[in-house]
Amino acid sequence: MQANKPENFTQNVTDALAQPDLKMIIRRTTDKAEAKRTDAIANFPEFEKARAQGQKVKDHTIKHMDHYLAEFEKNALAQGTIVHWASTAEEASKIVLDICREHKAKKVTRSKSMLGEEIGLTHAFDNSDIERIETDLAEHIIQLAGDPPSHIIWPAMHRSREDVVKLFREFHSDPTYSEEITDLVRSARRDLRTKFLTSDIGISGSNFLLADSGSSCTVTNEGNAELTITPPKVHIVTAGIEKLVPSMAHAIPLLRLLTRSATGADITQYITFHNGPKRKNDADGPEECHIVLVDNGRTKMLAEGMEEMLRCIRCGACMNHCVVYKHIGGHAYGSVYPGPMGSVLTPHLQSLEVANKQTHACTMNGRCEDVCPVNIPLPKLLRSLRAQSWQKKYEPLTNRFFVKFFGQLAKRPQLFQLFSSCGVIFMKIFSRNGWIKFMPFTSGWTKNRDLIEPETTTFMHQYKKLKNLKVMERKL
Amino acid sequence: MSEKNNYTDANQSNTIECLNISEKRVGLFVTCLVNTMRPSVGFASITLLEQAGCTVEVPAAQSCCGQPAFNSGDDEGTRQIAYQVIEQFEEFDYVVLPSGSCASMIKKNFIEVFKEQPSWQARAQHLADRTHELLSFLVDVCNFKPNGVELDGTFTYHDSCSGYRSLNVYEQPREMLSTVKGLEHKPLNGHSECCGFGGTFCVKYSDISNAIVSEKVENVVAADADYLLGGDMGCLMNIAGKLNREGNQKITALHTAEVLAGLAPKIIGANDAS
Repeated sequence: MQANKPENFTQNVTDALAQPDLKMIIRRTTDKAEAKRTDAIANFPEFEKARAQGQKVKDHTIKHMDHYLAEFEKNALAQGTIVHWASTAEEASKIVLDICREHKAKKVTRSKSMLGEEIGLTHAFDNSDIERIETDLAEHIIQLAGDPPSHIIWPAMHRSREDVVKLFREFHSDPTYSEEITDLVRSARRDLRTKFLTSDIGISGSNFLLADSGSSCTVTNEGNAELTITPPKVHIVTAGIEKLVPSMAHAIPLLRLLTRSATGADITQYITFHNGPKRKNDADGPEECHIVLVDNGRTKMLAEGMEEMLRCIRCGACMNHCVVYKHIGGHAYGSVYPGPMGSVLTPHLQSLEVANKQTHACTMNGRCEDVCPVNIPLPKLLRSLRAQSWQKKYEPLTNRFFVKFFGQLAKRPQLFQLFSSCGVIFMKIFSRNGWIKFMPFTSGWTKNRDLIEPETTTFMHQYKKLKNLKVMERKL
Repeated sequence: MSEKNNYTDANQSNTIECLNISEKRVGLFVTCLVNTMRPSVGFASITLLEQAGCTVEVPAAQSCCGQPAFNSGDDEGTRQIAYQVIEQFEEFDYVVLPSGSCASMIKKNFIEVFKEQPSWQARAQHLADRTHELLSFLVDVCNFKPNGVELDGTFTYHDSCSGYRSLNVYEQPREMLSTVKGLEHKPLNGHSECCGFGGTFCVKYSDISNAIVSEKVENVVAADADYLLGGDMGCLMNIAGKLNREGNQKITALHTAEVLAGLAPKIIGANDAS
């Protein structure tokens, strides 16, 4: 499956809505996620407290980003980690590829990282002579299928079990097993295990970067991050600079929020803190450890008043609860990050010009903000991007005209009332049996639903008449 | 309109409770959808507010709350509208709107477009503090209990997003509707999930909106009620319009105020006649 482009959003949406099973496919994941999150929060009485605490930790770190970045670098270097700085996606993926080439790597294993997708690592490897092996089960599936991820937590949620059976039978070493999920997992495990042990370099993302120890934390359920990182001689971490927190104590409330908001679990199977290369007495671990700190638009977001978005811990709750995401799915957004958080991030990672349509594909119902574990005001941020689009005139002319025309009327109430009265007369012409099935200028509405017939005259008209009547009655 | 209310005369016990309120002047902002599409909601609002002991005035120079401009990102256009809303309504003790979404616009969003105009921001805040959505105002501020309203049948309730999430409107309409004799509540699956209206969204992304409202309609039909009630004309028009397009004429969509003011039988009668 070819990756969609964000600038083709309208077409992507049409394609998505035309897929007959898409809604069912999305729903079986998001409904479950929603229900599990609700249960987890109900069993977590300190949720609001943790949420406020998590927000505070993030806000504090973002505010003092320069300080904590310097502290992190100092401590990471002291642990023997080599620290790299990348200001763009291209720079970041070049740094990673260069390290791999320097070590003459033939095979690299990767544990799931959205930042890796963001900086284009998957394509960079696929266009090189280095073999890329995705070790997260869902990433493994979409690698075999050649798909982009459709969700930041469940990247293969758009694939059915039948799809997976087909893919595994085609690509796995021994395809003689049943269609039972346990058997499918067993097959993936067997094939991946040999690859873990023969990998030259392991590449991971990071859920948290701890400034006071220079270490990185990964959260997984499959243990694949640990197997990606430990056996190869070289470990590379790629992380966005917003992953910083002052210390492990500060990461804990965020971890509690993350797992519950993402999968509804109190805790994941594995939470590992990686702290530089193997030491003298360590039984195992990489001999060389690199960390690539990626900006890619983040400091610009900070400068442009979008700092609240840098709180995001990539839990995916906003998309699980987004009524638009649930109908169009992740691929339609044409970006690594779909849903509400993606619609805010993509304009900064790519440009507002290519991704402004997504900011309008939101009903402003506020559910995403309601469930966000770090209180990101997503609707407010989306609206502020719309304001930027408006100023830059990215909005289609017809929309601008309509909004301006309506605005000009609205600021002249007398004219507005006159226009409303004319509107009622106009609508009456097209009304049949209490409903309007078709009317000029309203195809956006009547394409899919009927319009209720208005009453005989406007409220203001009726009200004035009634008031005059009362005055007359009193005079008599 | 009628001076003061009949409510205090008919219900002596409520006189004292409402006395403070009756000294308060309420400015009713009917909203553009009610003005053009459903005036009866405006009259129902006046009836209810007067029953609750308020003196209601309807400023003639009113138009729109500015949401289409605001949600499209046109800050300057929003300010132009907000100036005149503030000027028209700031003199009242309370400003009431029969819509969670328009009330929320004045309560939460006006101040956002005046970030660089402190004096206007202060006026916007002053207005925001006294602005209320109708149903929550009746219960939370007026402590109003409808009396003697009857309507036979079952209803299901759609909680509009702005009212529900941004203004905490949930219990108030249910509490008042529970006093309506003969009316029985039937729960709606996904009662607080967006119906896909979203103002300009529903015409801009008509097909996504259609997918969303189709699902809402499935739930409404499954609730198996005679009436679909809610507190926002936008959502009600969206859901009712989809129900009708699908050929379902069994369910009547009504604004909660229409039911509480006893206008429902008249509206249903008129519908049947047409």
